[in-house]
Amino acid sequence: MLLGIGAVGAFLAIDLGAVAYANKWIGPEGTLTRETFMAGFRKVFGLHPGFRRNHAKGVVVSGYFDSNGSGRDLSKAAVFSRGRTPVIGRFSLSGGNPMMADAPATARGLGLAFTFPDATQWRMALLNLPVFVDNSPQGFYDRLLASKNDPATGKPDPAAMSAFEKAHPESAAAMAVIKQHPPTTGFADSTYSSLITFFFVDDAGRRTPVRWAFVPMQTALPPHPGTTNSLFDALVRQLKSGSLQWRLLLTVGRPEDPVTDATLPWPTDRRTVDAGVLTLTGVATEAPGNARDVNFDPLVLPNGIEPSDDPLLSARSAVYAASYRARTGEPKSPSAVQVDEVAP
Amino acid sequence: MSTPARYPLRTRILHWVTAVLVFSMLFIGFVMVNSIGSYAALRSIHMTLGVTVLVIVVLRVANRLTHRAPKLPDTVGWFEHKLVVGSELMMYGLLLAQPLVGWAMVSATGKPVEVFGSLHLPRIAPFNADLYFVLRQTHSLLAFVLVAVIALHVSAVLLHTLTLRDGMLSRMGFALRRRDAPTNSANMDTQEPAAVQAAVRERTNAANTGRHRGPGRH
Repeated sequence: MLLGIGAVGAFLAIDLGAVAYANKWIGPEGTLTRETFMAGFRKVFGLHPGFRRNHAKGVVVSGYFDSNGSGRDLSKAAVFSRGRTPVIGRFSLSGGNPMMADAPATARGLGLAFTFPDATQWRMALLNLPVFVDNSPQGFYDRLLASKNDPATGKPDPAAMSAFEKAHPESAAAMAVIKQHPPTTGFADSTYSSLITFFFVDDAGRRTPVRWAFVPMQTALPPHPGTTNSLFDALVRQLKSGSLQWRLLLTVGRPEDPVTDATLPWPTDRRTVDAGVLTLTGVATEAPGNARDVNFDPLVLPNGIEPSDDPLLSARSAVYAASYRARTGEPKSPSAVQVDEVAP
Repeated sequence: MSTPARYPLRTRILHWVTAVLVFSMLFIGFVMVNSIGSYAALRSIHMTLGVTVLVIVVLRVANRLTHRAPKLPDTVGWFEHKLVVGSELMMYGLLLAQPLVGWAMVSATGKPVEVFGSLHLPRIAPFNADLYFVLRQTHSLLAFVLVAVIALHVSAVLLHTLTLRDGMLSRMGFALRRRDAPTNSANMDTQEPAAVQAAVRERTNAANTGRHRGPGRH
């Protein structure tokens, strides 16, 4: 009798203990989890139900990519064969407040999903920066907290930011690089970069480190100063009067180039391959069933593109998933950028 | 001392393979949703194992229809018999539903469903964020129901085997003492893989001990 009860007790202790440990109900504290990031966004930006936890403010676009076939030498991905691929996407501004006023210095994002919703897709979340600010999930988290606006001044606490830069010299160095590339007029004339390195795999299985960027082929309409959605409105106006185009440039890394640290720029003399042209033709307000409901998870990759070991990749995938799960279960309210309300 | 009634060998192998896989799946699932650095790698493993479990459970259902369950020990009364049948049905239902919900959930995000590195499965649910959320919550709920049901299942078998000493576990066990007891007849267990043997050795030994203790309970 005692043997049986003891065995059951031992089994339950191990079984349920393993479950509790896996769920982090017990065990060491202090490791970053997706919940840490969710709480961090909540703390810094407040809770905005139904919106992305970061890059909350955005507008939806659609178009296509015309490949010229040149990328095929680097990657066997079908998207690089000569021909046209449908694309959906979303322009955004960094930050978790979906109603904030547009500011030129705020990082501009472009999420793209090639061949959505096919069985193979290529998704990416790009920024108008030359390098990324952080090279680790911890760095991102620390910077997020340091960037919290002081309620008294409405600006981040300078002491917190300088403490962050002291603790993260890699981010301080990246910010110096970013300072040398001031933001352009608007969304339409920004260069959007992968920042993170991926490996392109050709038919023979040869792996090449690649960073890519979409380089604008037009100037941007100037934003109307003093309006809340100045940058978005200018983009919407421009897209209503015609399509916008970006050239996809693949930058080919050399063996000595860093592949797991997105704060480090590659030398400017690296070979680039012009793989084709992205044309955006449509613009729409965020709505059910459009790119509002797409998670631009950078690990959704076609055969022929593989992730590097950059620690930001898995972290982004995890935190994006947490944000997606949270917001899909929350009540929705209208997005700040209403395409119909923008005069052409 | 008679040979205990056992499930057919193929059923026992399928059972223990499922047990190992499902326990791994639950553990990986709970770890991955709390993990930052290993999330991506664990998600790939989780989805691949999930599809594997689905295939095995479909095979198990088909296999289970080919035979009747071996006779339960006399210690199992009328009401408990109903519980045994009900819990078996529930277990099959859960083990089928959980991977299907996971597959549908990924489908509803509009993402490709990629397993075994590069095999792309068709989507089995429309791209719909509201549907995704319902399926996502269901996936977590079913995971915890599975934890509870498995805990009850193992506890019940252990109590029967060790407290009532009725050889309950041996219905799903393997004869490991054949050389010690060569007179045992009906040796259908000549080919079980070593790994499975090892996995169940301890429990089966315990069961054997119980069985060999004497004729009393039978």
